[in-house]
Amino acid sequence: MAVHDATPIEQRVLSVLVENRAGVLSHVVGLFSARGFNIDSLAVGETEDPTMSRITLVAQGDAKTLEQIKKQLNKLIDVIKIQDLTDEGYVDRELMLVKIKATPEVKKSLAPLMSQYQMKIIEEGPKVMTLECTESRENIKKIFELLKTIGIEEIAQTGTVALSKKAPKE
Amino acid sequence: MAKITGAQAVVEAFTKEGVEFVFGLPGGACLPLFDALYDAKFKVILVRHEQGAVHMAEGYARATGRPGVVVVTSGPGATNTVTGIADAYMDSIPLVVVTGQVKSYLIGNDAFQEADVTGITRPITKHNYLVKNIEDLPRVLKEAFYISTHGRPGPVLIDFPSDVSLMTLDFDYPDAVSIRGFKPTVQGHPGQIKKAAKLIAESKKPVVYTGGGVIIAGASKELITFVEKIKAPCTNTLMGLGGVPGTHPLFMGMLGMHGTVYANRAVHESDLLIAIGARFDDRVTGDLKKFAPHAKIIHMDVDPSAISKNVKVDVPIVGDVKQILQELNKLVSPADTKEWLASVEQWRKESPLRYHDEDGLIRPQYAIQKLCEILGSDAIVTTDVGQHQMWAAQYYQLNGPNQFLTSGGLGTMGYGFPAAIGAQFAFPKKMVVCITGDGSIQMNIQEMATAVVNKLPVKIAIINNNYLGMVRQWQEAFYRHRYSSSEMSGNPDFVKLAEAYGGTGVRVTKKEEVEKAVRWSKTITDRPCVLDFIVKEEENVYPMIPAGRSFEEIMDMA
Repeated sequence: MAVHDATPIEQRVLSVLVENRAGVLSHVVGLFSARGFNIDSLAVGETEDPTMSRITLVAQGDAKTLEQIKKQLNKLIDVIKIQDLTDEGYVDRELMLVKIKATPEVKKSLAPLMSQYQMKIIEEGPKVMTLECTESRENIKKIFELLKTIGIEEIAQTGTVALSKKAPKE
Repeated sequence: MAKITGAQAVVEAFTKEGVEFVFGLPGGACLPLFDALYDAKFKVILVRHEQGAVHMAEGYARATGRPGVVVVTSGPGATNTVTGIADAYMDSIPLVVVTGQVKSYLIGNDAFQEADVTGITRPITKHNYLVKNIEDLPRVLKEAFYISTHGRPGPVLIDFPSDVSLMTLDFDYPDAVSIRGFKPTVQGHPGQIKKAAKLIAESKKPVVYTGGGVIIAGASKELITFVEKIKAPCTNTLMGLGGVPGTHPLFMGMLGMHGTVYANRAVHESDLLIAIGARFDDRVTGDLKKFAPHAKIIHMDVDPSAISKNVKVDVPIVGDVKQILQELNKLVSPADTKEWLASVEQWRKESPLRYHDEDGLIRPQYAIQKLCEILGSDAIVTTDVGQHQMWAAQYYQLNGPNQFLTSGGLGTMGYGFPAAIGAQFAFPKKMVVCITGDGSIQMNIQEMATAVVNKLPVKIAIINNNYLGMVRQWQEAFYRHRYSSSEMSGNPDFVKLAEAYGGTGVRVTKKEEVEKAVRWSKTITDRPCVLDFIVKEEENVYPMIPAGRSFEEIMDMA
């Protein structure tokens, strides 16, 4: 048979080095919408070389779709290099800011969370306070679920940023 | 070095790139560009609609293999090029399109004739640029020509604000490009080529299936050597026609939805499918699960993303197909395919391409056969989209590559006539014929003026069935004969129309007049000539594999 066997949907973290020029991000994002690919998270920033930016992308799909995502990204002229961090092994972080009621009960229920994860109170007012959580994508999800049970007023989240564990020229 | 304006730099770059023709139409935002073009050494062709300019550039590019160049204005000028650019993107045609843009400081202000052209064309260009800094211009121009013609070719657009085009610079055109993110693979992997040779040696029933990639790579000669060496029957996609001569004994005609029964059957029964510069389009494969069900697949293509996109490939080879075939030809030895070729020959005899021809009406297939017979197999044939396109693919046998120019991927009605004009500009002495329909021709008929002004003897053969024929055929087959909005009542007298522009033509209503009319058209050498063939209205294209179905459900002529 000539067709692809169905494979399970999986999530992958891609690190995409691109030219640091106007319009590049719209080329990358446009590609995903034009080809019907799903992005779960995207974060972009300048790198150690100011002519390049690094886009960290979390994408999902079956094996065939993920292969197409990488190939299609590679076709973009402004894309310099793509690393599949899920293949290579990586560390990742997301940042979440959470506004929450500043009552003694809330503080009490937060205590075990704050000792387990990288969280701190960065602002405290008479009624509400703001928490900063810097954790892996996986842990941020867990923290988010736990905080929901305590009661969230407002939330702001970044996309995932990630780096390969390998030494650069390995 | 004397300073020149941005607009002059564009003209300088075109000259350095060997541009012969620029197709375009001026307007406010590109007045500086057209002022500079006034002094150009190459020809500037004024079109009557910007879509026509892009299709002319496409026709030029496909006939010559060199990039086609277009210059238009901002806003509506640019948006009118969108269909042509999308067409070129789907069919991998190298174009450089320069669009004027409103002054850079007005961008985003909803200025007069402003449109976000880089935004609009992002998904239909290989790459695009908005030039905000004059210092970027030489690099952008060099890159545009390079990117459009290297790897898998395609259209590149440069959006050029009018104030930037009036700024001055020391123009130093780079000799080479250095683009970190664009390094197309040319050499096929030797290990993969060896694996392919091994599969070919083991195969008893090989089929070679080739597409537009062979034409683009200029690999026809290598392809013919290859099929003759391994003695495999060969079929072409619509875009691949001319890759092997139409009369070659190993050629089975086109495959796919309206391909020959024997080509489709050979693919269905084959044990090895060798795909070269083709992309397993849905019009070729139908139901993927039932396409070439017994075959292993070798796939050669310059675009890695074309490989394993639709089908699972056993031996992928990324690279320039000409180079790959040269290497492969050194390794392959003739296999014993005598029995296999005998079967294919048997199928060819059982179900040849055929049509009913007993009444006195002009059958479209007959008209096209006569065109081929009289205008010759060395002609450049362009088509529009629909029934006439399929009949042209089936019945106009061509001798070589770059002769069959058609809109394959996008299926753009209105492509054929301007594409023929572009091809005739490239080859003024060659016979160029546009085979079109009464629906399609009306989508860019205004270019008759361009053809007349430039004294181009393009032949326009209208297969006039008074319908959007392919739509009507589908409505007949799948919508219970409900001909919803497919009848073309109100068609003009196409001959009078041609004459009004300064062209000429003849209306042909009887079968016995066809030959005479085509012969007469050959004598017209200084203006476009319409052959308006009034054909049987409800003629259908056969064979036909309904969309999404398999070879097992092929419908042939009753």
